[in-house]
Amino acid sequence: MNQPAIKRVVAGALRHMDGMLLVLLLVLLAVSVAAVFSASGQSGARLAGHLTNIAVAMAILVVVANIPPHILAKLGPPLYAIGLVLLVAVALFGEIRNGSRRWLPLGVTSIQPSELMKIALPLMLAWYFQQREAILRLRHFGVAAVLIALPFLLILRQPDLGTALLIGASGFYVLFFAGLSWKIITGLGVAGALSLPVAWGLLHDYQRQRVLTLFDPMSDPLGDGYHIIQSTIAIGSGGAFGKGWLSGTQNQLDFVPERTTDFIFAVFSEEFGLLGVILLLLLYLAIAARGLKIAEQAPSMFARLMAATISLNFFTYIFVNMGMVSGILPVVGVPLPLMSYGGTAMVTLMIGFGMLMSMATHRKLLKT
Amino acid sequence: MQSRVLKNLELELAHYRNRLMVGAGFVLVLALILVTRLVYLQLVKHEHYQNLAENNRITLVPTVPNRGLIYDRNGSILAENFSGYTLEITVARAGDLDALLKQLGELIEITPKHLRQFKRLREESHEFETVPLKSKLSDEEVAVLAANRYRLPGVEVKARLFRNYPAGEGLSHVIGYIGRINDRDLKNLRESGKTPNYKGSTHIGKVGLEQYYEDILHGRTGFEQMETDSGGRAVRVLSQTPPSAGHDLILHLDVELQRVAEYAFGDYRGGLVAIDPNTGGVLAMVSKPGFDPNLFVDGIDSTTWKELNESIDTPMVNRPLRGIYPPGSTIKPFLALGALELGLRKPSDAIADPGYFSLPGSSHRYRDWKREGHGTVDLHRSIVQSCDTYYYRLAVDMGVERMHDFLARFGLGAKTGVDLHNESSGLLPSKEWKQRRWKQPWYMGETVIAGIGQGYHLTTPMQLAAATAMLANGGTFYRPRLVRAVRNAQTREERVIPPEVAWTDRFDPGHMAHVRQAMVDVLKPGGTAVLAGANAPYDIAGKTGTAQVVGIKQGAKYDASKLAERHRDHALFVAFAPAEAPRIALAVLVENGGSGSGTAAPVARAVFDYYLLGKKPEGVPVREGYESAGD
Repeated sequence: MNQPAIKRVVAGALRHMDGMLLVLLLVLLAVSVAAVFSASGQSGARLAGHLTNIAVAMAILVVVANIPPHILAKLGPPLYAIGLVLLVAVALFGEIRNGSRRWLPLGVTSIQPSELMKIALPLMLAWYFQQREAILRLRHFGVAAVLIALPFLLILRQPDLGTALLIGASGFYVLFFAGLSWKIITGLGVAGALSLPVAWGLLHDYQRQRVLTLFDPMSDPLGDGYHIIQSTIAIGSGGAFGKGWLSGTQNQLDFVPERTTDFIFAVFSEEFGLLGVILLLLLYLAIAARGLKIAEQAPSMFARLMAATISLNFFTYIFVNMGMVSGILPVVGVPLPLMSYGGTAMVTLMIGFGMLMSMATHRKLLKT
Repeated sequence: MQSRVLKNLELELAHYRNRLMVGAGFVLVLALILVTRLVYLQLVKHEHYQNLAENNRITLVPTVPNRGLIYDRNGSILAENFSGYTLEITVARAGDLDALLKQLGELIEITPKHLRQFKRLREESHEFETVPLKSKLSDEEVAVLAANRYRLPGVEVKARLFRNYPAGEGLSHVIGYIGRINDRDLKNLRESGKTPNYKGSTHIGKVGLEQYYEDILHGRTGFEQMETDSGGRAVRVLSQTPPSAGHDLILHLDVELQRVAEYAFGDYRGGLVAIDPNTGGVLAMVSKPGFDPNLFVDGIDSTTWKELNESIDTPMVNRPLRGIYPPGSTIKPFLALGALELGLRKPSDAIADPGYFSLPGSSHRYRDWKREGHGTVDLHRSIVQSCDTYYYRLAVDMGVERMHDFLARFGLGAKTGVDLHNESSGLLPSKEWKQRRWKQPWYMGETVIAGIGQGYHLTTPMQLAAATAMLANGGTFYRPRLVRAVRNAQTREERVIPPEVAWTDRFDPGHMAHVRQAMVDVLKPGGTAVLAGANAPYDIAGKTGTAQVVGIKQGAKYDASKLAERHRDHALFVAFAPAEAPRIALAVLVENGGSGSGTAAPVARAVFDYYLLGKKPEGVPVREGYESAGD
């Protein structure tokens, strides 16, 4: 290939980038690099790993952005099927780590099929609703509910309540944007509230413990409560303006657990304070807003449902993670989107944003 | 149809936009919840969490001072520190303790004794404290444990200073020992407000000098303000207050003299206290048998403890300090002096001794130890030959009250105040005492036998030695002292503890000379201890005595065959030398030794020979472990 050819390919690929979203994502990723570097105790290896993850995820973003929405829609059913098969496989042959069966050994590496479901389920549902766009009836919502319930229950019995709920939520968002009537939503809400005591009885001991610990972290200061106590101390001691980058004592002295991954928000808030936290939230809100804007202008039902769900899902993860780290939600293993160290979550998110960009740019192309 | 579809689409899109607005609202609500929470944490409660964070990372780590060492007068070390490694377990972090102990047992040798000791220490300590399992690990053991550390939760190998007593048994009752701080020690520390200085300390003086001089030996604990991570690992030192090591003790005691004395006892049990009559310094203090104090440092196991405690030889009893015995005839020189001082006798006053004494109007005969009697006995002869009849009569003339008051002037019947805890006071009887203790009047017969140091009168060897020292120096009661000087471990500066004169009494020098001469002649031909004084190039003033064995602990499971031997009289000897300018005064007690002249006096002679002439009896074992501190 000669140089102009390369230029043409690059230009072609970049044509499907949503400029505003890209800038917001890059700013966020820059913040995450700073945060991971600090949280890792200024480890060069961690930094290199994080940068590699970002590079890979960005490449995937570009690739996905170049796939037209109608092709993406067609990926729904096969991905969903693969996801289900893998979940069943996990249930049968999965590795047990920390008391739950979540990982599927694949030779040298092992994967968590529930990660795949985070994308596959909304994709499947959006494709399903697109197919029945003109003739959408209540029974189609019933089918959709079954499509949600299958992965939900499989993940629930791993057991991984947090992920199951998040995947359930993503499915619910698709239904919500597809126009599920308020009556049913209200009905489901009431039914859910009523079934809470029953659900409590079905919870595993460790799950109940996590919820109880939330209300009284001091009841178990060296066990479950430790994470919450230490992360709230980190956040609270950060104050309005923070202790400064690389200067968070809670962080640098190894009090914050899982600090490069799930608890990176504690590190960030300690070092950058309320001011930094609000700026970060604004950044997240801007990304979500851009996503919703793309959803509003999306050309097809599939794109509308998918774009809105991705945006809402994105912020749900942020809420769950920050809520957990700041002690208002139970501890569930959810990383902070685009901040936490970790390749899988990063790739999953970038696939989502790739789809958003695909929907944003392919629509324009159609118009012109 | 077309327009209806379009209209439907329009409616649907409007509916969808509506839902998007709800979604955006939902996101805003979530964001608001987060902001509220963060404002609460970071603004409202900031100070609270700031404090928590500070406490989190800054910990005060105590730096335990090195314990002071103990030396004898010539610099031989009697209590030393050496560093070594212990295997310790934090039970709270260990998980399955039984499995862990089993695992450890596969890596290094863990004996049932270690396990018993561990179990006992565990009961005394809290879950989160480290409890030693095995101390003085070998290099190989340390290496094996370090290599397997990752799979041994709660197991730590700690570098520690250990206490060692090279003199072992011989000085067990003088030096005492340190042991792990227990609940009672903690309570004492709290009550005396010393707890802060013991942060990080694991051991404390339990008996002997280790206990008495605990404050001096322990030193001042230093502190390091450390920044730590959540695992408690030190990251860096913020500030530092170095510890100051405990002071060293330098004793009056001469460990070689001590060994000579011990050796002179042979197989006998007993006690000896030798005092410098010019300072009160304790030159030797023997309690036989002793025990190995090293057993106690890291907690003695129950089997050995039981053995020591139930032994018929009572090795745990500090005989010089707590053993109480009738003084027997060793009281005679004191009473003789009393007779002269009180004007009851003149040196020339003599009695005709028929071999017994009877009270007026009574046919009961108080017998002399010599059945046929000593013939004509004056004061000098009464001491030299230890004539009982002379003192029966003297006692009656003196009366119990005057006898009590005079003997009390020598510190008899009271604690000497030596620098060791738990001293016995013995007993100097009086009418008042008997009424109080027994609700009975004093009988004349009791006065009679008090004249030869029998009956209620009880003394400790320490008391007898201190009284003898007072007799030797002519009337000054020095408080007996084991420690001669305290040396600052850093500056090497020695602070000599000045002799403490408890009181001075004035006795007529002529009377003193009479008594002293009689005591010198005790070891000359015609005296009761002639054999012990044979060929001495210096004059010894001494007095023999025997004390009847009062009784043996009821219910104790003693071997019947040994009982006969244990009913023999205790042998006593008090002496000082050289008689004209005394440098050493002592009291010897040989349990079941029979007669003072036969077993007790030779011990005294061996001690004098070594102390005054440097002459060591043949066969004194050269013991490993004493090394002169070459500094």
